[in-house]
Amino acid sequence: MKHRLQFTGKKLIRMALLLLGVSIVTFLLMCASPLDPLQTNVGQAALGTMSPEQIAKLEAYWGVDTPPLTRYLGWLSDVLKGDFGTSLLYRQPVISVIGQRLVSSFWLLLSAWVISGVLGLAMGVIAGAFRGRWPDRLIRGYCFLISSTPSFWLAILLLLIFAVWLGWLPIGLSVPAGMDAAAVTAADRLRHAILPALTLSITGVANIALHTREKMIDVLESDYVLFARARGESEISIILRHGLRNVALPALTLQFASVSEIIGGSVLVEQVFSYPGLGQAAVTAGLGSDLPLLLGITVVTAAIVFAGNLIADLLYGVIDPKIRKGASRG
Amino acid sequence: MKNMTQTETNQRRRTVFFLIVAVMILAAVTAAGILTEGCAVETDFSRRNLSPSLQHLFGTDWMGRDMLARTLSGLSLSIRIGILTAAVSAAAALLLGTASVVLGRKADAVISWCIDLVMGIPHILLVMLISLACGRGFTGVVAGVALSHWPSLARVIRGELIQLRQAPYILVAERMGVSKLQNVRRHMLPHLLPQFLTGLILLFPHAILHESSVTFLGFGLSSEQPAIGVILSESMQYLTTGKWWLALFPGLALVLVVALFALLGERVRRLLDPSSAHE
Repeated sequence: MKHRLQFTGKKLIRMALLLLGVSIVTFLLMCASPLDPLQTNVGQAALGTMSPEQIAKLEAYWGVDTPPLTRYLGWLSDVLKGDFGTSLLYRQPVISVIGQRLVSSFWLLLSAWVISGVLGLAMGVIAGAFRGRWPDRLIRGYCFLISSTPSFWLAILLLLIFAVWLGWLPIGLSVPAGMDAAAVTAADRLRHAILPALTLSITGVANIALHTREKMIDVLESDYVLFARARGESEISIILRHGLRNVALPALTLQFASVSEIIGGSVLVEQVFSYPGLGQAAVTAGLGSDLPLLLGITVVTAAIVFAGNLIADLLYGVIDPKIRKGASRG
Repeated sequence: MKNMTQTETNQRRRTVFFLIVAVMILAAVTAAGILTEGCAVETDFSRRNLSPSLQHLFGTDWMGRDMLARTLSGLSLSIRIGILTAAVSAAAALLLGTASVVLGRKADAVISWCIDLVMGIPHILLVMLISLACGRGFTGVVAGVALSHWPSLARVIRGELIQLRQAPYILVAERMGVSKLQNVRRHMLPHLLPQFLTGLILLFPHAILHESSVTFLGFGLSSEQPAIGVILSESMQYLTTGKWWLALFPGLALVLVVALFALLGERVRRLLDPSSAHE
């Protein structure tokens, strides 16, 4: 138990350092950008008609005139106090923008994560059990095709089929357009989240299905499965009792480690469906050179990804005692 | 026995044949794209918004541009960017992966930390950030994709080299006084070559997909260039009016090119990997 705590503590410190690194890298990249935030957001024509004082005021607002190091240190000390600054585009505290966006993204991400995990596991188990026969080929072909497909194109296709042709589902946004926020029901939100969640789910299965298939094949070739067969256990029972049990934990670990891909996919999918989530906010912030917001979003996403990785690392320890020992020693 | 050897060579020959055909198709697409570049930007308002026909296989868009020509030059651009970025990424991965094993524990810790750092930021977000830092456009995309795709391959190379370092023949060479650098160059890198090559080829699909994604979001190639990302993001405005061909064909063509690259990588791996070379 002590070892586990030590291991977790070490990982947490590493995570904090990595987050610091992420914020520095993001900050440097944003500072290095030759794009002038005044040009992009105010426009050349409007700038031409302004007085020098007004321009100086705007420059101070967008932080053009402060040296990067002072800005970063100021940002960092504020963050340690729990203040992520104010979004320049939304004119709201970054924390509240991220909070709102994260809530609407959260259900989308969670449902896609769970569905792709369960579906991928099931597909992997089936493919492994039917190795070399048509279900296996079908599933492998699907995984191959889906990993070659850009998720935003798939999103466009689904939009075209279900929203434009069939008219079953709404085109975009998380609520019906022109509706009072109070009048939006949970059913409305659900209807608008179906297509984005579907896109993310069907693109997310490829990796986990292929890994599970490999593991499943290993298990089915093992001696204990041979023994079970010799004892006369039925194939279904072997797959459920020996196969599924052995592949479930590695699959869960893999799914925790792949949080980053789902978040990355959500950036594109939210953009296509104009779903007001975290990903869309990141794109808006990037296009508008909104440094505090983009910095906040990157750090928060990185924190979620690292948390997923940490859980995956801890789960490895649960499965495999060898890793547990090695990790606590080194 | 004789029969078996015959099927072996056939399998191998088939794979080689497939490789040649795939490379030829990709080269043809690239060349065709360069040739049709003039065609792709040619506007003709007398043939606006035509649905696919024999004359315009992929239809035309709102400015009367031929979508087939646009798609081809977009693909060609994507392939060229993909090759460039994958090569840079793979070189960086090889360099860093080797350095982390050769230069000792401290360098290893630093490089591993960098790998974790880059892998912690979702790919698309990182490409966006780097592209912003380089002022978007062509340089932005190339830098973004090239600088964000090395970690996974670097990790594979590092892992492989760490295992290899304990191999008897390496230890013997070390005892016999071969210097570290010599050892790496003469004994480790040749061993690594198959994995490196397949890693390199399998980077193409990722690079191409991310290039088009980032362009689609507006952080990449400018809207005058006939890139697939630009075509698809423009098509979004016309979806509701039923102009499905604007999105369907260019995307499908992109999927085919990416799939071809992925198949190519898979086949090369099977050919080079000793455990499956004779299947």
